[in-house]
Amino acid sequence: MTDTIAQLPSSSPIPARARKGRRIEPTYLVYAASIVSMVALWHIISTTFFEPAFFPPPGLVLSTGYEMLRSGELMKHVGISLQRILLGFAIGSLVAAPVGLLMGSNRIIRAIFEPYINFFRFVPSIAWLTPVVIWFGIGETSKVLIIIYTTVFIVMINTIVGVSNIAPNKTRAAACLGAGPGQTFLYVTLPATLPFILTGMRLAMGNSFATVVSAEMLAADSGLGYLIFNSRLWMATDRIFIGIVSLGVLGILADWIFRQLILRYASHYGPVE
Amino acid sequence: MNDQRPATAHGGPILLAENITFAYAKQATPVLENLDLSIQEGEFFCLLGPSGCGKTSVLNLIAGFQQVTGGRLTLAGQPITGPGVDRAVVFQGEDALFSWLRAIDNVAFGPKMKGMSRHERYETARKYLNLVHLSGQEYKYPSELSGGMKQRVQIARVLANDPKIMLMDEPFGALDAQTRGKLQDELVEIWRATQKTIVFITHDIAEAVLLGDRVGIMSKGPSSRIATIIPIDLPRPRRRGYAGFGDMWEKINALIDGEEAAGDDRASNDGAAAKISLVHRHEGHAELVRK
Repeated sequence: MTDTIAQLPSSSPIPARARKGRRIEPTYLVYAASIVSMVALWHIISTTFFEPAFFPPPGLVLSTGYEMLRSGELMKHVGISLQRILLGFAIGSLVAAPVGLLMGSNRIIRAIFEPYINFFRFVPSIAWLTPVVIWFGIGETSKVLIIIYTTVFIVMINTIVGVSNIAPNKTRAAACLGAGPGQTFLYVTLPATLPFILTGMRLAMGNSFATVVSAEMLAADSGLGYLIFNSRLWMATDRIFIGIVSLGVLGILADWIFRQLILRYASHYGPVE
Repeated sequence: MNDQRPATAHGGPILLAENITFAYAKQATPVLENLDLSIQEGEFFCLLGPSGCGKTSVLNLIAGFQQVTGGRLTLAGQPITGPGVDRAVVFQGEDALFSWLRAIDNVAFGPKMKGMSRHERYETARKYLNLVHLSGQEYKYPSELSGGMKQRVQIARVLANDPKIMLMDEPFGALDAQTRGKLQDELVEIWRATQKTIVFITHDIAEAVLLGDRVGIMSKGPSSRIATIIPIDLPRPRRRGYAGFGDMWEKINALIDGEEAAGDDRASNDGAAAKISLVHRHEGHAELVRK
């Protein structure tokens, strides 16, 4: 009894928190173990049941990837795809957020645009590919337009939902505190809706990835979609896998960067997840 | 010790409701009907009533969030047609705070809308945060504050705008008993320091007796009105255990019970007979008050 009491203060000179910080989060260990096992499984299945040309093992994909990186081919495709995604995603969000805010705040503006939103959001962007290529040519404009189209509806609908979710007490409080309609819009509606806009943008980013690949498969001579689709002609499955892995990694990276930006600059506007 | 400010010492009526009616469109029975109310400048007025009687509707009308459908509602002689800086509301829900702004920016919101300089409005905000005992919490976001602190920020935010009249809609209703008691006492201090007119809505009799100069009891809805007004002639500062407090509580409780019974009468009987019984009840109340 006396022993334990005497020991308590001196036995832990390092604060608990400091010691905990040294240790690796157990979740990360599980992540790593999971990924290693999956790659191993991939290797076993592809070498046991398939020809390498049908299901390339991880080693082959890795060496092909290294070759493509060294020759600069991979970065060319990654770069052009990313450029299309970011440009379309940024323009789409910049257009959709203000329109969504206006639609959420003004019933007439909402009534003007709502029929089109409800109609076009069910028409996938790829359905527009041929007319867009006819109107705007096979160049970058068409691809960026297609991604803008994909982005706009998701961001807009999320923004409208955000505006309608503002607690009435907030706008009432603002009115009591002397805010006019313009000030309420700028200082209450906009910041209160920001988490919804950001969530819409995160979702739209995922869709932009999917869309750019489809667009590049059908009408392009560069980009990850082109890489995947063109490799089909020579049964170059290892190159297809490189395209697939690049898309997944880029998606994770883009989402991580986006989340960090939200945490850094907008964490007080609302929950991130 | 006895520094009570009787109703006669106040500066005359600031808020006047004359025979007002309020009904939602498409609804046959109005929420409020023939409601009369006169609130003196500098007065602490509590509005008490059974739930669903339209207390919040009264506040929404005074605040200008909704408009009367009949009668006249005036503030300092001017009809109320919409929200304005001369009336400020402390809401029950903490969702009235701007969650993306720190406490100091929440309080400085009104001054900012007025176009006050950054330095000036922060100075004002600090002054009122200090008044509600929130010095040191200026740079916290609402999510980092407790329920009681959030209501303090709301009170400071309203005071920073220097309104003629403060409207409070069960502002302490969601707080634990201890915090509520503390904030009630602090509110009385603030009221005495700032000389504001306060209209305070509550369904808690003890709260009304503790805070109010007068307590207005509403009749059971729909078509409710202010059935009785009881002056609370207890000396300030009031303590819940003081003589007279319990008696006052019992008296008001009996009146509310009467109102609920009258409401039930009205619901079961139609028309004139029920109205007469209600009138009798009110005369009875008036006697009670005079004793």
